[in-house]
Amino acid sequence: MANSDAIVGWKTITFGCHILEPGNAANFRTGDWRSQRPVVDKEKCIKCGMCWVFCPDMAYSQDEDGYFVVDLEYCKGCGICAHECPKDAITMVPEEG
Amino acid sequence: MSKRVGIEVSIAIAEAVGLARAEVIPAYPITPQTHIVEHLSEMVANGEVDAEFVPVESEHAAMSCCCGSIAAGARTFTSSSSQGLSLMSEILYIPSTMRLPIVMVVANRAMSAPISIWNDHQDIMVQRDIGWIQTFAENGQEAVDLTLHAFRVAEDRNVSLPMIVNIDGFTLSHVIEPIELPDQEEVDKFLPPFKPRYKLDPRRPISMGPVGIPEVYTEAKVAHDKAMKKAKRYILKAWDEFEEIFGRKYNPVESYRTEDAEVLLVTMGSISETAMTAVDAMRDAGQKVGLLRIRLWRPFPGQEFRKAVGKAKVLAVIDRCLPPGALCGPVGAELRSLFYKIPGAPKIFSFVAGLGGRDVTVERFEEIVDKARAFAKKRPRELYEVIGVREK
Repeated sequence: MANSDAIVGWKTITFGCHILEPGNAANFRTGDWRSQRPVVDKEKCIKCGMCWVFCPDMAYSQDEDGYFVVDLEYCKGCGICAHECPKDAITMVPEEG
Repeated sequence: MSKRVGIEVSIAIAEAVGLARAEVIPAYPITPQTHIVEHLSEMVANGEVDAEFVPVESEHAAMSCCCGSIAAGARTFTSSSSQGLSLMSEILYIPSTMRLPIVMVVANRAMSAPISIWNDHQDIMVQRDIGWIQTFAENGQEAVDLTLHAFRVAEDRNVSLPMIVNIDGFTLSHVIEPIELPDQEEVDKFLPPFKPRYKLDPRRPISMGPVGIPEVYTEAKVAHDKAMKKAKRYILKAWDEFEEIFGRKYNPVESYRTEDAEVLLVTMGSISETAMTAVDAMRDAGQKVGLLRIRLWRPFPGQEFRKAVGKAKVLAVIDRCLPPGALCGPVGAELRSLFYKIPGAPKIFSFVAGLGGRDVTVERFEEIVDKARAFAKKRPRELYEVIGVREK
């Protein structure tokens, strides 16, 4: 979230700290502080989309082959997808560094 | 034409809120309360005021509801007191930095324990730093006038800050006084419809109340502080406009017989009327004593106060609040800070009086002046003195 766009002075901060641009959360890399990432095993995946349904950040989307892939710009690594996957196809792997 | 009537101050404030055409009134009339919202609920039920009266489940919810309605662009009013005001506390900091101009009348009362429903200023001093503009009324007429003034100032697009009008619980809220209630035409002239700079509107979506990460929180608070300081000129301007329409003049600091005064009493709220009687008595006895009454408490009118002090040598500051373990009461501390290391500054002595509804009589004011004179000659051992406290 600590995107350089958010760094403003008291004279330039928006009135009342309002966000005047609707849906501007998309402009911020909210996945920056993730400590673990979901890795999908396509061998086990049945394309049911439970990860897509449960992801609180709507970070999953479907690719051309029908698999669900995560956008790591927004994935916070909460692990809900791995917990909900009925085929245990998702493993949470620690981020390095 | 406006008419002068004998009316309970709380009822008169409710009438003023009706004349101000408040649109949403969320309230939770817990004891101790006043007739302000009680009467407003009757006015709404009778169709005399075109407003939503929202009977919520607590004072916390009342202030939360105020935040919602003002964010949606509705002129919003509520009223509270002592423990109920404290229950609002968590929410009170929110509309101020978010620049949402709610207007609230607080009937000032003591904080428990011991349980008290009587008047002092401890409830509002708990909320001193919430970032709302705050004024203190001396009498019923002023309570009505400052309520109208509050809507004008808070909603001014150059200000856009919430505002509290403090009135003394019981001493003002529950007494009947002769009050001139303005007519609708005059109020409409003084108070244009509320046009917020931003509001929650599905046609122009914005988000209010986002997270303030460490990189921006300080800037958000400084922007609020600067807005408070800038607000003073619009507070004064609104008082000038008020005078043009209603003929009554208000200042940030009221001076009474301060010319050539050696000792100045400093007060806030309704005890100032007794203080004026005391000043008259002491002047008759040949003493050079005057009175300064702080009407605008936040933003603090430092410049105006220093000017009002003039050449007086001694200030006897009366706080109706005793913060245990502090160096002195909040008004005393404010003024000591204002005059710190200023050449020729008066000596400032802090007194605590009138806690939990105890009367501060003319004799007590005379005692305070006598003590301040004595302290000016021989420095007191303590930084403040509690007036009229029994030891045994």
